[in-house]
Order: sequence, then structure tokens, then C-alpha cells
Amino acid sequence: MAEDLNWAIGGEAGDGIDSTGKIFAQALSRAGRHVFTSKDFASRIRGGYTAYKIRTSVDQVQSVVDRLDILVALTQRTIDENVDELHEGSAVIYDGERSWEADIPDGVTGVDVPLKSIAEEAGGAIMRNTVALGAACEITGFDVEYLDESLEKRFGGKGSKIVENNKEAARMGQEYVRENYDVDLGYDLETTDEDYVLLNGNEAIGMGALAAGCRFYAGYPITPATSIMEYLTGRIEDYGGHVVQAEDELSAINMALGAARGGARAMTATSGAGVDLMTETFGLVAQSETPLVITDVQRSGPSTGMPTKQEQGDLNMALYGGHGEVPRFVVAPTSITECFWKTVEAFNLAEKYQTPVFLVSDLAMSVTEQTFPPEAFDMDEVEIDRGKLVDDDDEVDEWLDAQGRFRAHAVTDDGISPRAIPGTEEGAHMSTGLEHDELGRRTEDQDERVQQVDKRFRKVETAEKREDWDYREFGDEDADNLVISWGSNEGALVEALDYLEEDVRVISVPYIFPRPDLSDEIEAANEVIVVEANATGQFADLLEHDALTRVKRINKYTGVRFKADELAEEISEQLSVEVSAQ
Amino acid sequence: MSSDVRFTDFKSDKQPTWCPGCGDFGTMNGMMKALAETGNDPDNTFVVAGIGCSGKIGTYMHSYALHGVHGRALPVGTGVKMARPDIEVMVAGGDGDGYSIGAGHFVHAVRRNVDMSYVVMDNRIYGLTKGQASPTSRSDFETSTTPEGPKQPPVNPLALALASGASFIAQSFASDALRHQEIVQEAIEHDGFGFVNVFSPCVTFNDVDTYDYFRDNLVDLEEEGHDPTDYEAAKEVILDSDKEYQGVMYQDENSVPYHEKHGVTEDMSEIPEGAPDDAMDLVREFY
Ligand SMILES: Cc1ncc(C[n+]2csc(CCOP(=O)(O)OP(=O)(O)O)c2C)c(N)n1
Ligand code: SF4
Ligand SMILES: [Mg+2]
Repeated sequence: MAEDLNWAIGGEAGDGIDSTGKIFAQALSRAGRHVFTSKDFASRIRGGYTAYKIRTSVDQVQSVVDRLDILVALTQRTIDENVDELHEGSAVIYDGERSWEADIPDGVTGVDVPLKSIAEEAGGAIMRNTVALGAACEITGFDVEYLDESLEKRFGGKGSKIVENNKEAARMGQEYVRENYDVDLGYDLETTDEDYVLLNGNEAIGMGALAAGCRFYAGYPITPATSIMEYLTGRIEDYGGHVVQAEDELSAINMALGAARGGARAMTATSGAGVDLMTETFGLVAQSETPLVITDVQRSGPSTGMPTKQEQGDLNMALYGGHGEVPRFVVAPTSITECFWKTVEAFNLAEKYQTPVFLVSDLAMSVTEQTFPPEAFDMDEVEIDRGKLVDDDDEVDEWLDAQGRFRAHAVTDDGISPRAIPGTEEGAHMSTGLEHDELGRRTEDQDERVQQVDKRFRKVETAEKREDWDYREFGDEDADNLVISWGSNEGALVEALDYLEEDVRVISVPYIFPRPDLSDEIEAANEVIVVEANATGQFADLLEHDALTRVKRINKYTGVRFKADELAEEISEQLSVEVSAQ
Repeated sequence: MSSDVRFTDFKSDKQPTWCPGCGDFGTMNGMMKALAETGNDPDNTFVVAGIGCSGKIGTYMHSYALHGVHGRALPVGTGVKMARPDIEVMVAGGDGDGYSIGAGHFVHAVRRNVDMSYVVMDNRIYGLTKGQASPTSRSDFETSTTPEGPKQPPVNPLALALASGASFIAQSFASDALRHQEIVQEAIEHDGFGFVNVFSPCVTFNDVDTYDYFRDNLVDLEEEGHDPTDYEAAKEVILDSDKEYQGVMYQDENSVPYHEKHGVTEDMSEIPEGAPDDAMDLVREFY
């Protein structure tokens, strides 16, 4: 892989950290470099700490590493929080005129730039972060002109004067370093002619929903799911859709269910605490055979846990939440592009099988922005399958009983019944959370009960046969060592291969239920390690159950995502340990 | 919509299992007649039913319908109407369903003013679970779980609606068939959220709020010359806890329903067969 650069800006919440970081990330992307961003939030002690981190290379980057090359520190805490990641070749840009005395670690180059004074000279102290960006450009050999387009994007709405001032501020920052320092840390950011788009997982989910024809979204604000709702608001209307902020998640899921009964492709998204409330309605969605996409952007639990931290702790809830036995699909995208494609797929699965589909993402993926060629989201590839929607007279006729009543829950070979939506003539029917007959009318008849339970689960069996529940594979296919992961760990794992000396086969699983049968792969491997961001190894438990064997586990539940280099070390360590007695 | 719709078209062939004499028979009849009278037919109507004896109407009526989770009927109705502005949506449920477990939704549905009707079959008791106190039970009403009465004042749903910014508030009595039907009809025709609290006596578990009680005490606002567009007058009758009123208490003549305010007018069930034509623009936004 080409050389990567790890850059960060950190300070207090309210310092404009995010938007400054984003400007730099966009500039890198416009310069044809790949970017992978991540955010640090700390709990609100001492005014809080937040950082926006960028890893960039001309090759694709899909993980963070434990190394920081350039740090723009607006507070001493920013330096302290990152001290372990700084090294001999690192530079810290700081403002020596600020009241705090910067404590620069030994061996690290301190670059004191009077950010505030320069910004004032350029037109206002508020632009001090932009001055810092200019300084960073100088140190990294990155042409300051690349900042222009992203400054326009960010400040264009505020008038050309503000844009021009910012451009000037950046140049003055660059100039200051050029004149006062002779730092050569060997960084020289190469550019390419590629045009990349830069987006995060939640934006990809929102865009996937629009591409798939989602027209109704109801939600209740919760980190880290809210940005899906924010993305859709202002865009879904262009397609005749609507977003509602509901009074709570109990309502949100029921509104979405209502819209789906009306025939719309509908979605709700939340995080763990909201899924708890929505659980009340899962059974109804399944029992009434309503197509619905429910997104869980996981965060650290239980209870309010660490609400701005990473975790993959909701797997069991997605699989088993709700009383009774509820057929459902659980899909967990493994990358940002997959957030898009799996969302499209989730809508198709929901309508084809008239079943709730859980789309399980996580905080790390929701805040990470990554570059991709736009073709990675080729809209011509989007297919829409509405399943057994019946809308003309002939089709409806086929499903009427002898008395002319529509059999909305008809027992069929594949388990799938016809679906008529309001307005379809002769299609009127009732659906209910109660056990019902083919017409949707309540029943406690033993035979009818068994028929309906079987038909609902038969849909899952049909889906198991008809759809591809494949996995993604990386590394050395013939290696004896197998590392398995689900959801967002894929990127870190793939990059960990670059650091690993051992040959490893990596299987990344996007389907939790139904899921690919990995028993053969597990059996063939010498060592099997399952990587996931939770304490108990929920996915490892499933695989052990599937393959009737034991696997090794790497679990991280610090609230911080996996990093490629750290993961490589852990895998190495596990591989050198004997398998425990079975 | 066909003009020859009769109210019996809204009847399913399932025989109601309500106790003989239950108020819900009359409440449902009025709803079916009101729907037919306002030019709706079963294929263009969506009924959302709560959970309770009252909630069984979903089964006894014939239309598109969903019988959902206890207390969540209003959000379901909201979703249906937003997705399908062309469909007549009626939500119905009990006093427990609407004012206890679903009270939060009631307040917000009222505020949203979605163009649908909400009929609460208020028997001042939990019927289906066999006679426990409901939020509208009197404070001295003795039940199996409140042997000395709930010892809390009942909720005044009309006042709750008024305080939440309702645009239509009415009350009717299941056994005054004609007036009940008229009032529900007005709720359907109202441009916005048409809320009707219906006295629908439970003959099995409530021996206080009986047919006789309502017959003896009911005051018809129409006969009183009440002007429902007069907010102050409405406030007065709504807050008057000494009398039981029937009629439209309040109607905001300038009510603008949710879909008009928010421009939610399209049939959301219709989507293209692939991504929208200009979908690559969504990607390009991220340059
Ligand atoms: C979550 C949940 N809790 C409790 C119940 C049990 N339950 C069913 S109906 C009902 C109360 C019904 O009272 P009301 O809404 O007034 O309807 P009524 O039977 O009087 O018409 C209760 C508590 C339930 N179905 N679901
Ligand atoms: S218990 Fe009461 S409310 Fe329920 S059906 Fe019987 S009379 Fe009606
Ligand atoms: Mg009741």
C-alpha cells in the first residue's frame, strides 16, 4: 500500500472541529486521494474533547491505525489524549499565543503558529482553524489550492467575502510556516486525477433508501441514528415522500408500519434504546405480514451505556427481540458501500417476503466518512422487486375465496401470500396481530394456527433457497487460519492483513439471519478467530452453534472501534496460543 | 367510489361476540353508516383498531384494516394517511387504549391534525380484561383492582384534546343512533383530526355509567344552541364536569390539515421500477 498520512484536529466541542476536519477531508478527496475519517468524542469532563481524524493515501484506506503524523491541537488535552499515537516524525500545530503552555512530547516537532492573530489579520478570529489547515498544508506538501473548493462548499452560503477571507487565511497559515520553520518530516502528499465521493454509513443508508423507493420515514432522534433522518429530510420530499419526527419509538415504528400497510416502502431507524421500545411492535409486523425495514445503528449499551461510543452489542436483540417466535431477516452491512446496497436489498427482502428486515449498522460506520469512486453507487444497478403485490382485477380475482373475499394470508407453497394495498378493488381485508385465518380473521383453531405459523416460517425457508446469503472473503483463501467477523469490522480486518506475518483467510459476514453456513470453512481451518465489538461474543456463539465446535474470540468493548494494527497484533497473539481444550 | 355503497357493505360476515346489549354494537353501526354516508367504500377505507372489546370492530367491519398493538392505533393511522392521502382513515379504540397506554400518542396525534377520524369507545372501564378501572373511571368506582375506587380524578379526554390544540372535538352516545352517526360523519368530513369520544356502555362490568345514566343526564349541545366555532364556549362545556354533553363541542373553521401544511399529497405506494432517474445526483452531492 502507498504511504498513508494520519492527520487530526482536536479541541473542545464547539471549536468547529468537525467542519474543519471535513474541509480537509474533502480537499484531499478532491485531490484524488482516498480518505477515511473517524471521530473521537470523550465524555464531557473538563469541557470535553473532540477530534476529527483523517487517514489518507492514494490507495483505498478503510481503517484507523494507532499512529498520528500531524495533529492540530486547539487544547492541551488534545495532545494528552493522543500522546501514545504521536511519534518521532509527528508534528503538532498549536497556537503559542493561547493561554495554555503547549507540552509537546519529546521527539515530536512542535509548530507554533499564532492561529488567532493571523486569522484576525485575515478578517476574523473565527477563521483560526482555517489558518491551521493552511499550516498543515505546508507541512504535508499539500497544495493549499485544494482547500478552495471545500471552503466554497462549506462557506458559500455565507457569501463570497467569507469564502475569500478563508482562502486568504489558509494561505497566510501556509506562508507563516514556510517563513518561520524549516520542517521537513518527509511528507509529500501525492495527488491523482481520480474523482471521489466522500460519505458516511448513515448517508449511504439514507441514499440507499431513496434509491430503493423508500417514501416514508418515521423516527425519534437518537445518536447515532439521527443523521439518517436528517439526510432524508429535505431530500425524500423531492420524490413525493415524507419524514415524520414521532413522539417516541413506539409511535415511529407504528407509523412506518401504517405507511407500509398503505403500500409505501417505509423505514424507521434508531439505536439500541429505541429498538427496546420498537420491540413491542416486531411481532405485529411479522404477524400482519407487513414489509418493513428497521435500522439499528448500534451504540454502546446496556441502558444509556456510552451513547457516543462504538459497540456491536445488539445482535441478539435483533435476532431474538420480541415475545413469541417472530420470523425476520437480519442484515448487517460490512462497509459504507454495503450500507447502500444492503439497504436496497433490505427493502426488496421486506416486500418479497412481507417480513420485517433488520438492518444492523453501528456507530463507527455511522460517523466514518470514506472516499469511493461514484460508480460504487451505480444507480443503474439498483433493482426493485415488490414481490407479490397484486393490483389489477385479474390478479386479485385469483386470490378471492368462494364468497369473493380476499385471502391476504393465503397458505401457499412458498409461504408468500398476495398483497393488496388500500384502493385495490375487491382487496379489502383485515390484518391483525392476533392469530388469524387466511382472510385475516381471528382464529384459535389448532389447524389454522399451525398452518399460519408454518407459512410465515416457510417464507424464511423460501428466502434461504431463493436468495444469496453469501459472505465476503479476503486474504489467503488456502490459509489454515480463519478470521471471521460481522458488520463494520471488515475494513480494519482487511487492513490488518497488511501487518500480519501469518497467512490468514478472512470471512466477513453481512447476513446474520439467514446466514451463510460456515461449518465447512470452520472445520477445514486450523484456527478460527471471531472478531466482534462486544463483550460476550454474540456472533461467535452463533457460529459455535452452527458448526458444533469452539472458536477463539477477539472482543473489544472499550467503546472504541477496532484499529488495523492493533487487530493484527491481537490476531497474531491468538494464533500463537494453543487452542483451549474443547 | 361507487355511489351505491350501503352501510352493510362495511359489515364483515364475522358475527360480533360482544355481550348482548354492549354499547359497541351501536357505536360500530353509526361508524359504518357515517362512512357510507360520506361516500366511502370498503376498498378505499382503512380502519385501524386498538386492543380491547372495542378493538374488535376491526374484525366485525369490512374494509382495509389493521388491528394492532394495544395503544398504538393512532400512529398506525397516521402512517396510513401520510402514505395514502387518497384513502379514508378511521381509527377506533377504547378509553384504556387511547387515554392510558396510548395517551402520549393521543396528544401528538391531536397536535399533528392529520386528516382522519378517531372514535374512542368510552365505557369508562377495561372491558376485555374483565372490569378494571380505566382512565375515565370515576374516582370512587369500585373494581377488582381498585376495591375502593381509583381515588384519582378521571381524565377529561375532551380537555386533553383542547389543551393539545385540537381542531375538532365531539362527544356522542352509542344509543342515540342518529345523533351518533351525524357526529361521526362530521368528524369524517372535518378537514383535520376529527375526534369523537363515544359513550359506549359496558353492560357487564360497569353498572354506574349505564344506558339509563346517560339517557337521564345527556345534554345535547345542538338543542342548547352551542356554537362549536366559539372557542370560549367550547372551553366552558368541555370543562363542565357536572354534565354529560353530546354534540360537536369545538371545531376550528380554519383548520389546516397536516398534509396541506407539509405538502404530503402523493400516493406513496407508487414508485419507479429502479432507482429514480436523477439518482446519480444524490451520489454527486458527496463530491
Ligand atoms: C401491552 C399490553 N398490555 C396489556 C394488555 C391487556 N389488555 C387488553 S385490552 C386492555 C384494556 C382495554 O381497555 P379499553 O381500551 O378501555 O377497551 P375496552 O375493552 O374497554 O373496549 C388491556 C389492559 C395488552 N393486550 N397489551
Ligand atoms: S365486556 Fe363490556 S365492553 Fe366488553 S363486550 Fe361485554 S359489554 Fe361490551
Ligand atoms: Mg374501555
